[in-house]
Amino acid sequence: MQLRTFPGGVHPHDEKHFSASAQITEAPLPQKVIIHLSQHIGSPSTPVVAVGEEVLAGQLIAEASGFVSLNQHASISGKVTAVDRFMHPTGTSSLAIQITGDGLDKWVELVDEQDFINLPPAEMKARISAAGICGMGGAGFPTHVKLSPPEDKPIDTVILNGVECEPYLTSDYRLMLEKGADIVTGLKLIMKIVGAKKGIIGIEANKPDAIKLMEKLLADEPYLEVVGLKLRYPQGAEKQLIYAATKRKVPAGGLPMAVGVVVQNVGTAFAVYEAIRYRKPLVQRVISITGSPVNKPGNLLARIGTPFSELVEFCGGTKETVGKVISGGPMMGFALPSLEATMGKGSSGLVLMNEKDARMMEEHNCLRCARCVDVCPMNLIPSLIAAAVKNKNLDMAVSAGLNDCMKCGSCAYVCPAQIRLVQWIDTGKIRYAEAQRAKK
Amino acid sequence: MKDKYIVSSAPHFHDKTTVKNVMWNVVIALSPALVFAVYYWGFRSLLLTLLGAVSAVVTEAAIQKMRKVPISVADGSAFLTGMLLSYNINPGAPWWMPIMGSVFAIAVGKQVFGGLGNNPVNPALLGRAFLLASWPSLMTSGWLKPKTGSLSGLNDLDAIAINLQSLSPKAYDLVTGATPLKVVQTLRDSSFVASINGNGEGINLANRIFTNITEMAALKNLFWGNIGGCIGEVSAFALLLGAAYLLYKNIIEWRIPLFYLGTVFVLTAVFGPIKGSGYSPMLPFFHIFSGGLMLGAFFMATDYTTTPLTKNGRIIFAIGCGLLTVVIRLVGGYPEGVSYSILFMNVMTPLIDKLTMPKPFGRIKK
Repeated sequence: MQLRTFPGGVHPHDEKHFSASAQITEAPLPQKVIIHLSQHIGSPSTPVVAVGEEVLAGQLIAEASGFVSLNQHASISGKVTAVDRFMHPTGTSSLAIQITGDGLDKWVELVDEQDFINLPPAEMKARISAAGICGMGGAGFPTHVKLSPPEDKPIDTVILNGVECEPYLTSDYRLMLEKGADIVTGLKLIMKIVGAKKGIIGIEANKPDAIKLMEKLLADEPYLEVVGLKLRYPQGAEKQLIYAATKRKVPAGGLPMAVGVVVQNVGTAFAVYEAIRYRKPLVQRVISITGSPVNKPGNLLARIGTPFSELVEFCGGTKETVGKVISGGPMMGFALPSLEATMGKGSSGLVLMNEKDARMMEEHNCLRCARCVDVCPMNLIPSLIAAAVKNKNLDMAVSAGLNDCMKCGSCAYVCPAQIRLVQWIDTGKIRYAEAQRAKK
Repeated sequence: MKDKYIVSSAPHFHDKTTVKNVMWNVVIALSPALVFAVYYWGFRSLLLTLLGAVSAVVTEAAIQKMRKVPISVADGSAFLTGMLLSYNINPGAPWWMPIMGSVFAIAVGKQVFGGLGNNPVNPALLGRAFLLASWPSLMTSGWLKPKTGSLSGLNDLDAIAINLQSLSPKAYDLVTGATPLKVVQTLRDSSFVASINGNGEGINLANRIFTNITEMAALKNLFWGNIGGCIGEVSAFALLLGAAYLLYKNIIEWRIPLFYLGTVFVLTAVFGPIKGSGYSPMLPFFHIFSGGLMLGAFFMATDYTTTPLTKNGRIIFAIGCGLLTVVIRLVGGYPEGVSYSILFMNVMTPLIDKLTMPKPFGRIKK
């Protein structure tokens, strides 16, 4: 197979060996879950339950507060015990609903629609919207919004993102191996909804068995194709994936629909399949618990809102001192101050690092070595943007591409002077947003 | 389980490259040239190199102490600058030369601008330019003969003319007393050629010297460094060995050396021959193996701080270096032009950067 890729990028060690061979196992029912009202891009959901109320697993507990928002469901049965601020999967604190379980795992009624593949697209979309599905690769864009392109932007291609280019993480990989057929069905459903003629599943070359399996599943499907991609970070970034798979360039500041493409994570496709066939809300997902300190790294099917500490405990705890805990992958994930945080709909992994790997190195002067320039997949000059932010010159930062940066971290990964380029650029993005708000 | 972990911004993963290992790897890559220098000229060349390197380190530490900033000499960049500076001086130079050069290079070339990463031009080359302007005769004459060869790389003087010494004392002095590039430059001077001898044989003799110095036997000496020249520049072989290591380690990139050497190669092939010498296919090889070009192209023109950021910018930079080197060598008053051409292009770098700003992915041209 001809492997495709995009310009720029880096090649970190993939470190997937910790959990790559661990089959998906169901995590034990947590005693308490915390369902955040803001697990997605868009406005926070509005609670529809009160403290003290009994809920079933799968029951709606917070509803979308607008079109670009999301429904949230109870992931266990029990009683609502608090609506308060809790630690978010990204380490900050935000509003959430706490449910204390009754240990019975009583569910709302699910269906098994026989002819689900022929449902009208509007009904399919309604079920996705009701199930509270958002992009499960990390960014968390509400899926029903992504599947509602405006009339003047016809979609001809749906790309499923099975790249999983973040080091360590293996949840998408295991899901493809174990639920491959359902993912393909999910892809077909998504294609029906947006009226696309072509479906592509993009998988990185370090998962040859997943590529082989998908090729087998798609052997009799003339409009569906597996695209093997070179091992290169950030291959799974939306614009880079679209470019590698179709050679189309999404305009800067634009969305994939501008070039007739919709990209969905393979996990999202699986959730779409379950939502349409069973009307099952998104209350559980696969998460990789991995890293050198973890005793038995694994891929767990866990309920949304489960505290990370319980998941680590289930994986046998730790065997060495933990220096850093990362919610997500090591390139773009969030370092958590403690394991008290709970998993969300976008939690694809939890990576633990020992003290040696977590050690912070001192920042030096920029050498102008241009390694960051060579690797930037967006063709920017990261050192220049960072320097502009440092010198409080926002205009220069913006003209140098502050808003084109997607914070993939390739630049900071290679910087020999250990300059925290992403941190500076992020600071710039925040200052820019503040300046824009002040203008209004 | 400890419950407070390190919180920092992503990415939480880093490749192994640090400033320190970049700099010390360049030092390692430069060492084969020093081995050759010690072989040709004895331990004097090692001593001069160490004097240059150590005084650069001491100067940097002293100035950083005065500036009340952390002392960063362990990163190896000052050591490297001192080493490069010493590589650019005559092995027969007095002991204080590398010290003078290094102090100037670090103090005026680097620290006044704020240290590592802020210098507009290559400090080692600036140090060399300072020495050349201050002690021109010490820098351009009094070359040491390599233990096994001659200054100009010519092994067999009889091939030029039997008893050249009595036939033309001037020509004899030239081919025994100058470096290969100096010989070639002098032969471009028509008044010199006319004065070689009175019988009107001048042009003939000049052409014979020119052909001999650019032919295979002399090229072999140039390749191994068996000629007169600066400590670190003579052995093209040793420098290529080091360059291969740096390319393999991904510390330097191939564009600058390739385009630099390529430009010199093409231009000297076209404009290199002297009047009446005819076309010599070996001439461009003579030019890329002689003087400081190998050292300059792989170790000085690839300096991160003073070269453009983008790939296209680096190509423009390298072609500019090549062009200027050839202009200085063929038309200018110096036999060698590598250091000045790199210094000149260093100064052009901000402009090249400005003109080669990349277009962000997906941004539509206005």
